[in-house]
Amino acid sequence: MDLTSLTIKQAHEGLTNKDFSSVELTKAYLENIKKLDKNLNAFLSVAQESALKEAELADGKIKSGDFGELTGVPCAIKDAILVEGQKCTSASKILENYIAPYDATVIKKLKEQGSVILGKTNLDEFAMGGSGENSAFGVTKNPHDNTRVAGGSSSGSAAAVASKQSCYALGSDTGGSIRLPASFCGDVGLKPTYGAVSRYGLIAFGSSLDQIGPIAKNVEDAEIVFKAISGKDKMDATSADYEYKDLAVGLKGLKIGVPKEYFVKGIDPEVEKIIKSAIKKAEDQGAKIVEISLPSVEFALACYYIIAPSEASANLARFDGIKYGLSSDGEDLLDVYLKSKGQGFGAEVKRRIMIGTYTLSSGYYDAYYKKAQEVRQLIKQDFVKAFATEGEPRHGREKVDLIFTPVSPVPAIKIGERTDDPLSMYLMDIYTVSLNLAGLPGLSLPVGKIGELPVGLQIIGNHFQENKILSIASKLEKML
Amino acid sequence: MILKEEVQHIAKLARLELAEDEIKKMQKDLSEILDYFDLLKKAPKPKKSEVARADNKHLRLDEAIHSPVIDKIIEAAPDKKDGYIKVKNIL
Repeated sequence: MDLTSLTIKQAHEGLTNKDFSSVELTKAYLENIKKLDKNLNAFLSVAQESALKEAELADGKIKSGDFGELTGVPCAIKDAILVEGQKCTSASKILENYIAPYDATVIKKLKEQGSVILGKTNLDEFAMGGSGENSAFGVTKNPHDNTRVAGGSSSGSAAAVASKQSCYALGSDTGGSIRLPASFCGDVGLKPTYGAVSRYGLIAFGSSLDQIGPIAKNVEDAEIVFKAISGKDKMDATSADYEYKDLAVGLKGLKIGVPKEYFVKGIDPEVEKIIKSAIKKAEDQGAKIVEISLPSVEFALACYYIIAPSEASANLARFDGIKYGLSSDGEDLLDVYLKSKGQGFGAEVKRRIMIGTYTLSSGYYDAYYKKAQEVRQLIKQDFVKAFATEGEPRHGREKVDLIFTPVSPVPAIKIGERTDDPLSMYLMDIYTVSLNLAGLPGLSLPVGKIGELPVGLQIIGNHFQENKILSIASKLEKML
Repeated sequence: MILKEEVQHIAKLARLELAEDEIKKMQKDLSEILDYFDLLKKAPKPKKSEVARADNKHLRLDEAIHSPVIDKIIEAAPDKKDGYIKVKNIL
């Protein structure tokens, strides 16, 4: 039996039935990492010793009978999330030797369940990018085609799951960083509602946009992980009082909105065909497809690329050579700041700090940052109008339960294809960023392939309706 | 195209040292990106502007909490002495 093919659920059953131990399961994954990762570069560090120790502890827990679905199941963690005692680099030279002083809340929760952490995965530096190519430690290759990117920014997490180097993984999503690589690698990736998962211990990029979420082999696994990591946390004031409730909804009678603005020029015709065919299959099962309009999404990308860099320019000010990681020698304090940042940050991070500083600077603030905040409200209102609210009479324009769109206008791009043109790279995020601006949850479900390259359907729900998204995604997954 | 001086001014505000070739590339990239942002001029003004309001109900009291993490945080700093983070002379 190939243990690394098992889902969380199947692995849990095997562990429960004593078909194999967590140590055996962990060794099987470590073996795959050894075999595959020199080529793929999904991991920045592998924690072999502590993983095997955690697996032994998990086996003890299983023996005692007191254990959960994640006990003893190996996972990989995006290297922007702190795991105590392990390096946390955010794929940046500036944090190359930084050791995490504490566990992020999501890690604490996974450890309480007895999870096994295999290692830390590659990403675009400080999670800034859509291809994974902005890592200071090399690009992660797409497991389905090694000449192409895995997608970003959670490149290593998505590639690790797709190549069976990990049973599941955690990523983070500020503008599409879970959904985009999940789509490119053929995984299920869930970006939760803003506030559903604690951000404590996630290296901050855009604090009003960032969310941690699962990348998994199937929908059921994504649900198991999301259940384990979500909920209120006193260490994150923006986390919500939220508890996941199981929900079973069918496609029959379900109203699915398809925004007309999402199927215009720029989309690869093959991607469009696959997404439309998935929508058609939902319709065949009794779902009602409703064309909707989200007039303000045309501004979403510009709005996002003002707000996210603005917040980043403030968040990254802390990496000044004094408190963390790399410190360059300088004549005085200012010189230390200038040189540490100048030498420690890569090109894309510098670009975003510059954009953010510009749009927040005196004289430009109103035209850019303030305007973007207003547009953000418009985008939010578009979605509020589209979704049906429970208990509210559905008068006027037809309200929908979920919205279906592509995750990305293109499948995985070639390595190097867009690195010289930042704006064309940003355009890959065109379908994902509006969810972060509106705080909405979205899931990437693999629904087809162009040759070897997977294509993801984005399923968008109203705030805190992850259960509805997951329930429908699981039905579609069985049909496709 | 935005001016070299403008890039240098913003870099100074960001406390970011840029080499000559980086400044040149930044002029080109920032200009393209800022041009793209002009799209927002077409966006309507929201009818009712929702101003972000801070409420205190999610905040804890401003009290010092003893945290076992403190020592590790100081340990992570590049330069330290006697439990303090060391910086260059300011005056």
